Amino acid sequence: MSPATKKRLSYFLISTIVLLVVGKFVYNSLQGNTVYFFSPTDLSNLSEKPNGLIRVGGLVKKNSIKEKQKNASYTFTITDLKNDTYVEYEGLLPNLFQEGKGAVIEGVLKDKKFLLAQKILAKHDENYMPPEVAEALKKSGNWNKNYDQ
Amino acid sequence: MLDLFQLKKIFQLGDSFFYWLKILFMSIIIFGLILSLFVSPKDYLQGDTVRIMYVHVPASWLSLIIFSAMGVSSIIALIFKIRVFTIYAKSLAPIGFTFSLISIFTGSLWGQPTWGTFWTWDARLTSMLVLVFFYIFYILSWKLNKNFFSAEKYSSIIAILGLANIPIIKFSVEWWNTLHQPASIKLTEAPAIHSSMLMPLFIMFIGFSLFSLFVFFIRYKTEILKLKQNKLKNILK
Repeated sequence: MSPATKKRLSYFLISTIVLLVVGKFVYNSLQGNTVYFFSPTDLSNLSEKPNGLIRVGGLVKKNSIKEKQKNASYTFTITDLKNDTYVEYEGLLPNLFQEGKGAVIEGVLKDKKFLLAQKILAKHDENYMPPEVAEALKKSGNWNKNYDQ
Repeated sequence: MLDLFQLKKIFQLGDSFFYWLKILFMSIIIFGLILSLFVSPKDYLQGDTVRIMYVHVPASWLSLIIFSAMGVSSIIALIFKIRVFTIYAKSLAPIGFTFSLISIFTGSLWGQPTWGTFWTWDARLTSMLVLVFFYIFYILSWKLNKNFFSAEKYSSIIAILGLANIPIIKFSVEWWNTLHQPASIKLTEAPAIHSSMLMPLFIMFIGFSLFSLFVFFIRYKTEILKLKQNKLKNILK
């Protein structure tokens, strides 16, 4: 290895280490700020009610979706199995928005437990299978609870 | 196999090699498309939308793999001045760029019916967009810089910096709350995807990889001819 190569290599290694350390600090400080969505528990732990648009994510509680016929608006509950957030929404629901499945709701908090939704995003999990397999798994009792999240 | 990547050998690859490679990748992709679009089953939740995955996932994987290869090549080129690695990285860039665009485009086509939105600023989608910009900056640094040596320097630095983004994309779905689902196929666990859907996915991945290799060989040859034309070929010794 020529001296010039050694010099370049040491520059590279030193800057990599510096960048890794800086990256670690940036990552730690970003953890608080880059929250795509809050869980209902996160919300209840907040000291004051956030203003403006926020997102709340979790499971749509079973048997909680209710439709108000008059103005095509819905109410339902988002849960992380510890705390709940009540949501009111007017508009179309995405196809994959179902009870027992994950969803992310964008809207404004009226109070810490009550969200006026403006947009609903259905969350899809990483499990892919044909309908017959899903059917068979449910029948045989091998249905993994994780598939419902 | 390694010999293939040496300067002399690549010019010994005759037309028949390219002809058969072309036949091979095209038949694998056609076979994979038939499997994924017609033969493979619907998903129990998404229905037919799941078929977008057979293009989206291999394109995303390849855009990450190709940028990683470009980053590592750039490190070798910049530190050890083995210039042929610069040419590898330069030849790979447009292929990876195309796959990253395919990944974003098919992803938003899938996102609209599934999530209910074409685009959202979660960590996975944002970091993937950053990758697209790294590809653009890398390609632009070659286009805008007429001097080979300064273009080599700047593009290599861009590729090395962009290398830091690759683990961010990969682990974004684990480090942060994202709308994008976590990986279905992991090295350490059984895949969360049924085997009837896994097979077409891997066939498509092999087809796309062979296609990348094919374009890479062509671009590599072109780059060498360009160097010859600019009387820079002796730098590759």
